[in-house]
Amino acid sequence: MKELDIAGVTVKLDDEGYLVDSSQWNEDIAKGLAKESGLELTDKHLEVLKFLRDAFNAGETLTIRKVGKSGIVDIKTFYKLFPKGPLKLASKLGGLPKPTSCV
Amino acid sequence: MGTDEKKPLEKVCIICAKGNLEDVMAALIMANGAVMEGIEAKIFFTFFGLDGITKKQMNKLHTATVGNPAMRMPGGLPFPTLLGALPGVEAGVTAMMKKGMAKLDVPPVDEFLEMFTAGGGEVYACKLAVEMFGLKKEDLWDDVQGILTVGEFYEMCDGDRTQIIFT
Repeated sequence: MKELDIAGVTVKLDDEGYLVDSSQWNEDIAKGLAKESGLELTDKHLEVLKFLRDAFNAGETLTIRKVGKSGIVDIKTFYKLFPKGPLKLASKLGGLPKPTSCV
Repeated sequence: MGTDEKKPLEKVCIICAKGNLEDVMAALIMANGAVMEGIEAKIFFTFFGLDGITKKQMNKLHTATVGNPAMRMPGGLPFPTLLGALPGVEAGVTAMMKKGMAKLDVPPVDEFLEMFTAGGGEVYACKLAVEMFGLKKEDLWDDVQGILTVGEFYEMCDGDRTQIIFT
């Protein structure tokens, strides 16, 4: 467990860096978490994060395929925006738990 | 750190030599799962596995209903081999498999290959098997990166954090 001060808020991260309390998430938190991963978030990044959060909160299992069909980015762009494991990184920056899907 | 240092996998090279729906799918799931984790991945399709990247066959792969002792009726009763030989049974079982996979958001073969390559995965065909089956480059899926000899494929499998997986 690790604590981090982002935009005046103290957030708790688990051992792998995922936000413990998903309800604390907002764009500033996302940007702060991204900085930790050495990433600068654009509007496109944020759009993807919001899509993932909405899908997750609707009870869906998140998959890369769903992101590809979202109309926001194609799969190639998704990999470019969130390099080295896009679904994991995007879940992390979106304040969501570690993804559980294999596809 | 010292001896506790983790050495994560950096590359997986997967060899797909069988053309049953589930064999090709297993190779694709393992390979795509690697690129999802940021691990470099390559698939080498050989022998009947070539059906998985042959345009005419790739979306018509079947599950074998004969000689597959792990296959059971819905509900768990044994599935007699003779039943599997009846016309239409293999098609029906295959349709059920596909439905089950679609439910878990597993795409059909062509789309799965596209997902895999979009993530940086690479797809190769075995030269010997391509020649043996009398196939040409244009018979294969358009994004097959090359038709390689075994030696050429092994050259690509360098690195001390690389695993070769035969499915």
